[in-house]
Amino acid sequence: MTDVVMPQMGESIVEGTLTKWLKKAGDRVERDEPLFEISTDKVDTEIPSPAAGTLSEVLVEEGKTVGIATVVARIDECGGAAPAAAQPAAAQPAVQPVGQDSTPAVGQDSSPAADVHVGPPPPAEEPAVAAEPTGPLSPLVRRMAREYSIDLNKVKGTGAGGRITKQDLEGHIARQQDAQPAPAPPPASAQAVAPPAVPVQAATPPPVQTPPSVQTPPPAPVPAAPPPLPGGQAKTRIEPMSTMRIRIAEHMLASRRTSAHVTTVHKVDMTKVARMRDRHKADFQSNYGMSLTYLPFVVRATVVGLRTYPLLNASLEGNNIIHHNEINIGIAVALENGLIVPVVRQADEKNVLGLQRSIVDLATRARSRQLKPEEVQGGTFSITNFGGFGSVIATPIINQPQVAILGVGAVEKTPVVIDDAIAIRSVMYLSLSFDHRLIDGALADQFTAKVKQALEGWSEEVL
Amino acid sequence: MLKCEVQEPGRVEYASAFELQQQLVARRKAGAIPDQFILLEHPHTITLGRNGHLENLLAGHDALSSAGIAFHPTDRGGDITYHGPGQIVGYPILDLREWQRDVGAYVRAIEQTMIDTLADFGIQAGRIPKCTGVWVGGSKIGAIGVHISRWVTSHGFALNVSTDLRYFQYIVPCGISKPVTSMAQLGCDASWAAVAERLAAHFGRVFEREMIPAGVLACS
Repeated sequence: MTDVVMPQMGESIVEGTLTKWLKKAGDRVERDEPLFEISTDKVDTEIPSPAAGTLSEVLVEEGKTVGIATVVARIDECGGAAPAAAQPAAAQPAVQPVGQDSTPAVGQDSSPAADVHVGPPPPAEEPAVAAEPTGPLSPLVRRMAREYSIDLNKVKGTGAGGRITKQDLEGHIARQQDAQPAPAPPPASAQAVAPPAVPVQAATPPPVQTPPSVQTPPPAPVPAAPPPLPGGQAKTRIEPMSTMRIRIAEHMLASRRTSAHVTTVHKVDMTKVARMRDRHKADFQSNYGMSLTYLPFVVRATVVGLRTYPLLNASLEGNNIIHHNEINIGIAVALENGLIVPVVRQADEKNVLGLQRSIVDLATRARSRQLKPEEVQGGTFSITNFGGFGSVIATPIINQPQVAILGVGAVEKTPVVIDDAIAIRSVMYLSLSFDHRLIDGALADQFTAKVKQALEGWSEEVL
Repeated sequence: MLKCEVQEPGRVEYASAFELQQQLVARRKAGAIPDQFILLEHPHTITLGRNGHLENLLAGHDALSSAGIAFHPTDRGGDITYHGPGQIVGYPILDLREWQRDVGAYVRAIEQTMIDTLADFGIQAGRIPKCTGVWVGGSKIGAIGVHISRWVTSHGFALNVSTDLRYFQYIVPCGISKPVTSMAQLGCDASWAAVAERLAAHFGRVFEREMIPAGVLACS
């Protein structure tokens, strides 16, 4: 059984979209015959089969984007006389990672996470990581290196211009065999080594429904533990970051490097807004089919603040201050594995109803990945609502090239002192991170105080 | 230095050019010819990449044919684009195993070829992160779409020299609703041939290839 993996198409490329299967499960394929097509940025590539045999399993369907080295299919090299459907069950135990339950349902888990480091190296046509030595290599040398799993970087070339020749490889192989009496098994026999481990570990861990991971307690130590085997349970797991994760990482670090971050925190009495919200909540739900949250009130109050102190709505480009005539407010939306900041355009022209509707629409489409590129561009100020996850105060990172971001904490009923009496009020903290290159502390606090004032003295009766 | 043959077959129908590319790819894979760099022009044509979205075609097929525009779905990467007179279409047939096995680096190098060419004509062009292509300000001047089989490239790029940009109104170019521009629109009156000459020169420099005229190769 040969695993077919998503090849690495270049240094900066960490994932690819499987666009088309050129063969179906059960089809016979020849080695090097085009098997599937992948798409990376503006480039479509045909990927040849790493082995001859029967395509026994297709694990990644068309249209799915997966990380490099993810197993996308399996090829059964044993001729494929048996019907394709029967293959996986029969062949599975031999390639089961140690410690994994042997029920087929779990074994066939196709989640990329479970597959990353299982199986033989990727086809030699698309080497995953091993950089080849510079200089041309003959097909014979390539094939020998592949068959004997030789790292060509460790072989000294004696041919013209330092080229590695067949003789160099033969010498290298002979030296290796002298060094280790047991001959290194060629890749094909690696599977045969696995079975002895199965009885040992099958008895120890109880059958689990989930693949082994950090969530499950470590299994009891196995007496006389066998030496680590290929495909055994590793202590760590390597997963390439998704493109989105990489972009978030770059963006966050770039912002930290660019801006002189300072965060100021103001306490806001939200009792008036809370009453307003309570009064309209039920109507709002029945009239518009969505719940009324605190966020549109905060956006509305922010607009008031930005109108009064428009420098907070500017951005910095080098030594130039860009003043924006529009107020476009980015709202950070948490996704399953990341975040995105869609923009409520001309937020100053919307009332609470319009804002709530925009926020719900953008958040819903962000989570189903249906946002258009222009809907996440052109923001002039950002708001992040960590209060929705229970946080009271946080120090947000500025969304470049903007100069400030407002963090919204959770609204909580709190005892406060009013006129020397203790009262129960709905209290929230607003955390403003600002870029001290452009915004001074006094201005930042004036702005935040203005937002606070708009919320505490909420005067609009119309939503 | 490895050699790369330059061909300029003139104005070629999309289907004929596609066939020419396929022949060259097969011969390149077999090692029968060195790398190739084809520079040509297409008549009015709209092409859709393998992962293209037909909704980015804004006109119906009737409207296209009455405007004299051919439509071809094709196997390159990227979304939808327009080709036509006044545009230089470049089709490098390269074996990336002899350069870098890196499709990202390849696309960046193609962009660099166009950027350096535009600089020769006084146009400062650049990249926009995650919007592959070549941009002047916020407008796209050079588009890219590539197909790779066994590390041999086909399809390539399109650079607007004096393209009639009104034809782009039929599509959302590359699925990105950003404007397109041309060298002519930016006030540069360079000829097709002069730009093609610089493209070939910069291609040779960027990819470290000696650019030589093509041998006898029939264009079907």
